[in-house]
Amino acid sequence: MSSTTATRPGRYQRPNPREGFISWITTTDHKRIGLMYFWTVLVFFFFGGVQSALIRTQLAQAEQSVLTEEIYNQVFTMHGITMVFLVVMPFAAAFFNYLIPLMIGARDVAFPRLNAFSYWVFLFAGIFLYSSFLLGGAPNGSWVGYAPLSTDAVSNMGFYAIGINALGISSLAASINFIVTILNMRAPGMTFMRMPVFIWMALVTSFLLLFAVPIISTALFMLMFDGVYGGQFFEPATGGDPILYQHLFWLFGHPEVYIMILPTMGIISETLPVFSRKPLFGYAAVVFAGAAIGFIGFGVWAHHMFTSAMGPVARSAFALATMFIAVPTGIKIFNWVFTMWGGKLRFTTSMLFSIGFVSMFTIGGLSGVTHAIVPHNAQQHDTYYVVAHFHYVLFGGALFGLIAGVYFWFPKVTGRLMNETLGKWHFWTWLLGFNLTFGPMHMSGLLGQPRRTAVLPAELGPTVELYNLLSGVGLIILFGSALVFLYNLLASTKKGELAGEDPWDARTLEWLTTSPPKAHNWDKIPTVTHRDEFWHRKYAEDEAGRPVAVPAGAAEDVGDPRGDNAEALDEHIHMPDASYWPFVMVLGLVPLMYGLNFASAPLIAIGLLWAIIGMYGWIIEPLAEGDDDDPLDAPNPSATTGAVTY
Amino acid sequence: MRDSSAERPSPRRRTRLVPMAGFSLLALLLAACGGDATRTPQNALNPAGRYAQEPHDLITIVLIIAAVVFVLVHFLIIYSVVKYRQRKDDDGSLPVQIHGNTRLEIFWTIIPALILAGIAVPTVQMIFSQMDEPDDAFVVEVIGHRWWFEYYYPEHDIYTANEMAIPVGRPVRLQMTASDPARDPAQGVIHSFWVPRLAGKQDLIPGQMTYLNMLADEPGRYYGQCAEYCGLSHANMRIRVEALDDAAFDAWLEAQQAPAEVPADELAARGRELFGDLGERQACAACHQVWEGDGGRTPGTGPDLTHLMSREEFAGAIHDMTPENLREWLRDPNSMKSMQYEVNGIGMPDLDLTDEELDALVAYLLTLE
Repeated sequence: MSSTTATRPGRYQRPNPREGFISWITTTDHKRIGLMYFWTVLVFFFFGGVQSALIRTQLAQAEQSVLTEEIYNQVFTMHGITMVFLVVMPFAAAFFNYLIPLMIGARDVAFPRLNAFSYWVFLFAGIFLYSSFLLGGAPNGSWVGYAPLSTDAVSNMGFYAIGINALGISSLAASINFIVTILNMRAPGMTFMRMPVFIWMALVTSFLLLFAVPIISTALFMLMFDGVYGGQFFEPATGGDPILYQHLFWLFGHPEVYIMILPTMGIISETLPVFSRKPLFGYAAVVFAGAAIGFIGFGVWAHHMFTSAMGPVARSAFALATMFIAVPTGIKIFNWVFTMWGGKLRFTTSMLFSIGFVSMFTIGGLSGVTHAIVPHNAQQHDTYYVVAHFHYVLFGGALFGLIAGVYFWFPKVTGRLMNETLGKWHFWTWLLGFNLTFGPMHMSGLLGQPRRTAVLPAELGPTVELYNLLSGVGLIILFGSALVFLYNLLASTKKGELAGEDPWDARTLEWLTTSPPKAHNWDKIPTVTHRDEFWHRKYAEDEAGRPVAVPAGAAEDVGDPRGDNAEALDEHIHMPDASYWPFVMVLGLVPLMYGLNFASAPLIAIGLLWAIIGMYGWIIEPLAEGDDDDPLDAPNPSATTGAVTY
Repeated sequence: MRDSSAERPSPRRRTRLVPMAGFSLLALLLAACGGDATRTPQNALNPAGRYAQEPHDLITIVLIIAAVVFVLVHFLIIYSVVKYRQRKDDDGSLPVQIHGNTRLEIFWTIIPALILAGIAVPTVQMIFSQMDEPDDAFVVEVIGHRWWFEYYYPEHDIYTANEMAIPVGRPVRLQMTASDPARDPAQGVIHSFWVPRLAGKQDLIPGQMTYLNMLADEPGRYYGQCAEYCGLSHANMRIRVEALDDAAFDAWLEAQQAPAEVPADELAARGRELFGDLGERQACAACHQVWEGDGGRTPGTGPDLTHLMSREEFAGAIHDMTPENLREWLRDPNSMKSMQYEVNGIGMPDLDLTDEELDALVAYLLTLE
């Protein structure tokens, strides 16, 4: 298929391997990139888990020092950075990558090479962050990195400022990619109000990233200059303001909370209807509530700073905004519950995790409202009560939902079902372990245990000690549960029961194509006439609103309920070519990151030069098949795959 | 509640286990929330003055509302799960496809909004009332250092560390900031002052002044610790507040205002000499003040030691004030508390003291009552 370019003189070719290592390095296929995100996330999740084990070991007994304070501080800092930036966020990115094109009826994302670029930046920034353990110690200034503590040389926070900034580049590129994809590449007939809720939440999340990431980039650049290059942005003695950092961080940091939870809300809004065999209750309300959360999410940041230097007026304003944001969240919870109401519930593992999400997230949401009670927030702030709260939101919330998504879409990705027996073991041990680990933290926080302390003070009393021990026991259960999940994943990939194309009697477009999908997703792009298009191709509603199965060929304007895939159409399909350049360009980021961290001009120069060369290579890279607009490159009409470059 | 659950006889074995487990959990919670101050002296659920009590009363109401919402949502979930589960004898038909119900949705938008508006009113009122400066407040300045708290009583010119004495029944207004070695705000980091039974926490910001009100209704010792992560020894930066009745507080003030006595004992006198001059090594007096009545009191970079022995704990209040502990602290401070003297100039240096010097210095410190 590269025959046309092969004959062109003076140009180099694009790679075209179908399998093997090179095919993964050079891939621009959104599905492969999604899978790479997923497996990378599992590795980082393991690291983050090990760190949590170290934390729980240290706090299992009062006044005990298994780790030194220095190591403990590095460990809890890296635990936070890992779980937020290297696990929950890219976990959602894995779903976005794999599912967005399939759910909107596209063949790939808008900018496939940029998509690969996002992944490689994420991977190398993660490796850069972890390399700090070997290069003089990991960051120890906590994941929020407050100045001026983090501008201290002994805090190693250069790795944090630079590594998170690189991850920001990855997130920005990905968010633009997904926004353009969703806005421009939906299948014919898929209006906004026919989009699956997951796609809506992906869109809102991407806009949040687009607006929030530049703020943290600014803050981190200033932090880097203060820490590594003697800047004075946050130095009070020279007129800098340490509180400025907090404002900038949380102006990103609170939208970030919704960046982590909205994708999961999207997943739940897909799984609950399928396993309840009913449409989502109040689609419009769920969508608008999601968008409202996105908007209000930018106006509540200072509720992370109620005990900082803020006057009573600011405290009151942010208290009100924070209470207000509970309203759209509440709307969503009731809509999910009423999606189940009156349905026929099938308790697959995915459904169990979805219900678990609604339940656990409700607890996290309610404790969130208690934070808005500012006078008492002064007691809760920076204690284990807060640690309990955000783990109920991010673990009981985001992670439960993401796992529900894994069980739900696993057959789409592999063509095989995950083992349901193991899945149920996984769910119940996960639920038990989770609540045992994080439930007691509510109490230990209110009983006076601050977070980020390397020592559990004996004066807190035996009750607090007991709660910490329970947390440790819970974590052991979680580890066992995670092993069950991992085994299930690996074993089911190889030997799982064959799923067929539509194992769940699902509702949305991605189930219309084969499992696993072909490289080009669709032989023919489907035409959409309904929300829950696939469902409507299978069922019509009688007068009472009761669905009746549609005989093949009878559904409104659609010929074949199995979809248009059944027909092999002689259509010219444009697919993005593989490319070395995203990977090559990102390699230049490595010397750049280390150069910035160690203030080494030669390394920075090498990195920049490399990146510029990478950009030129990216721009002048030829098409494998030829350019339709170039008269010298007449398109080959018999080819089944083609070239699109952006 | 705890007692009745233990005494109540259970008629049937089968039903006994679940309520027993429930009651013991409840008992555990109650024991935690309850008034046993000696078991949990740093307990935010056991307030000891209005600045802790008022927020506690407010949050109790909010927690009750939250519990009602929790029960409601979980009732709906459990009811759906039980009632609408797909049964074994399912006929394969599909349920009615309900797409929503506008009236219901408006209902669960407006009701929570009204509840929250109801909570917002007392919240905002209390934000202001808690931060207002009380009329007859007793002022103490608090300076957060890595990793200890320093207190200055401006009316009485008293410096002390970690342990603060306050009068019972009189509001105390803390004026707080943060600084580090050489009292340089450029080196300061953010700390947070938190004594849960007396008040919520308030951050200490280098280069800025923040304020916190507290009040103790009863005499007693109240525990707290730094609650904003401040680096290496953040966990070892604890707070003790001793609330004294009027007579005892006046006596305390008087004792603290007195200059330190020059020791008559030979060994202690030798210690006093070493305190001021360690030859090539940095002298203790370079960082620590022992005020003997000459001129005004000027703070050093380390804690004021004029009345060291009036305190029960030292080193960020993590070690008891015993001669053995003091000796070990002088011999090898880093083994007692993690510090960064070598890399960052913060904390107590290892002065490489000989046994003879250690004996003399400890003897001297023991005279600083």
